[in-house]
Amino acid sequence: MVRLIVWCAVIGLCVMQPARAVLNIEITQGVDEATPIAVVPFGNSGMATLPVDLAEIISADLQRSGRFSPLPRRDFLARPSEGRQVRFKDWRVLNAENLVIGKITRSGNGYTIQFQLFDVFRGVQLVGYNIPADGRVLPVSGLRRAAHQIADIIYEALTGERGVFATRIAYVTAVEGLSGALKYSLMVADADGYGSRAVLNSKQPLLSPSWSPNGKWLAYASFEKRRPKLFIQEIVSGRREMLTSFPGLNGAPSWSPNGRKLAMVLSKDGNPEIYLYDRSRKKLRRLTHHLGIDTEPVWAPDGRSIVFTSDRGGQPQLYRISVNGGDAQRLTFEGKYNAKASFSPDGKLLAMVHGANGKYYIALLELETGILRVLTDGALDESPSFAPNGSMIIYATRGRRSGVLAAVSVDGRVKQRLSLPEGDAREPAWSPFKR
Amino acid sequence: MNTYVRLFIVVIPVLLMLGCGTTGSAIKGDDTAGSSAPAEESGAASSVAAPDDSGFSGNALSDGSSAPAAFSGDPLDDPSSLLSKRVIYFDYDRSSVKPQYRAVIEAHAAYMADHPAARVTLEGHADERGSREYNMALGERRAQAVRRLLALQGASAVQLDVVSFGEERPAVMGHNEMSWERNRRVELVYAGR
Repeated sequence: MVRLIVWCAVIGLCVMQPARAVLNIEITQGVDEATPIAVVPFGNSGMATLPVDLAEIISADLQRSGRFSPLPRRDFLARPSEGRQVRFKDWRVLNAENLVIGKITRSGNGYTIQFQLFDVFRGVQLVGYNIPADGRVLPVSGLRRAAHQIADIIYEALTGERGVFATRIAYVTAVEGLSGALKYSLMVADADGYGSRAVLNSKQPLLSPSWSPNGKWLAYASFEKRRPKLFIQEIVSGRREMLTSFPGLNGAPSWSPNGRKLAMVLSKDGNPEIYLYDRSRKKLRRLTHHLGIDTEPVWAPDGRSIVFTSDRGGQPQLYRISVNGGDAQRLTFEGKYNAKASFSPDGKLLAMVHGANGKYYIALLELETGILRVLTDGALDESPSFAPNGSMIIYATRGRRSGVLAAVSVDGRVKQRLSLPEGDAREPAWSPFKR
Repeated sequence: MNTYVRLFIVVIPVLLMLGCGTTGSAIKGDDTAGSSAPAEESGAASSVAAPDDSGFSGNALSDGSSAPAAFSGDPLDDPSSLLSKRVIYFDYDRSSVKPQYRAVIEAHAAYMADHPAARVTLEGHADERGSREYNMALGERRAQAVRRLLALQGASAVQLDVVSFGEERPAVMGHNEMSWERNRRVELVYAGR
């Protein structure tokens, strides 16, 4: 297997962006057969400068997936921005399999974008879109997102799988302040690491962010007055609601697929147990009854069962229980430590922290066969979270100096690393698709 | 549900936070100025003692009791007393209290029995390995184990409080076995000291 160290893109082109809020994304391993694609700088219909380099964002997205290899602009023989200007032989000589062209037009107090994707060798258009489609215009602040949506359309047209470039990630940072004490922040960034912003800052630990299925809220655990409490917070408004503040543990919140309930761990009855909280009825129901540690519940995508971590067998392993209760069924048998499950969107795979030989990796369990595959090679990997299309898993790992985020494709072939300039980044949670 | 509490806090709209990532703390009000002081400062000055140094046998006890009887004041402040030891260390993924800590726990239990006004928070911690919420539960179980022993030996339930910080507040920042063994701990934090 040939490992490609492809490139290192610094996402941080906007001068408005404070340096500390920038995540660097680096592809540490790509696939050999990445598809060569040419993304031509978009035409700008008479504007002196483009407000955003759409082609650059699209190229970076496609590159980051590990499945595409965008060609360098300097090799381009032409820069068409409309279909009639395209001469396919200009692109065949570069061995580009696909070509993306487009233009951005100033329109009223906003912009409209048109783009086309071509199959170079067959000489045909695969897709073409006007954005927005409904005749409205995009504000300048909507252009990056539009570029990610274009990348999603291209990705889906060429791979048959829905793209995740227009999604976001939540994560927690711990940065040492001037006094030496750690400052914690709950952050949300675009999936390319751009536009990271704090939704909550605290002097006490923050952990376990979990997205609501509509992508508008985050649930998390926060130590306030030196006690853990569970909150949900609307991201745009910052409106916060405290869910639980019981004596003992209040942790590991996980939203049900329909958004009506949250699973969580509480130890108010003397021992860590899994509970389900019904938001509209404001009712709490205890799901597990065991003297061991039961924690880290996650919902199966069909909403019928919960997978959780328990040491009832002597060491932490994953178990499954019906949301109606009953007996828990053990799922993992390989290795002395399997914890913190994340379901693939189709419910067929579980990513987890897998401890073996004193090291902690991200591993994948195929539920039907029981086959466990180790995906990563870090020594302290943790907190796996599936991308909403099931293609990648984001997780936390240890960099040379600090905790960093990394992502690995489900087949293990593509690897990326996301690092902050300072401090630890941890506990990533990949958002659902925008609805 | 009676205990259900709603708390709405309007944070500065997130867009305003661009460019000021370190400001705009939504929970500033809750976070008392002193709360950032780690437990080590608040009563566990001796917590630097390595796990292996604290192998208190009967020997150490008699050393303590036969020390010059000049110390006056609260026994908690006596540096030669077992009460100065306020950190209990644990094995990996274990919450059983090792025999070498029995004497320390006995001394604290006796002090609490003699001083009914004393209040102690048992802060449970774990090392960084494995998952964070599991470690949170593990830290709590360690603190509960210490709490049970203290209660058995004379401390009353109202004097004891338990909180787990999991792996979130390491005593030592390293990423090796030496650091990990210092981080798998329960700290006894006396209120008001």
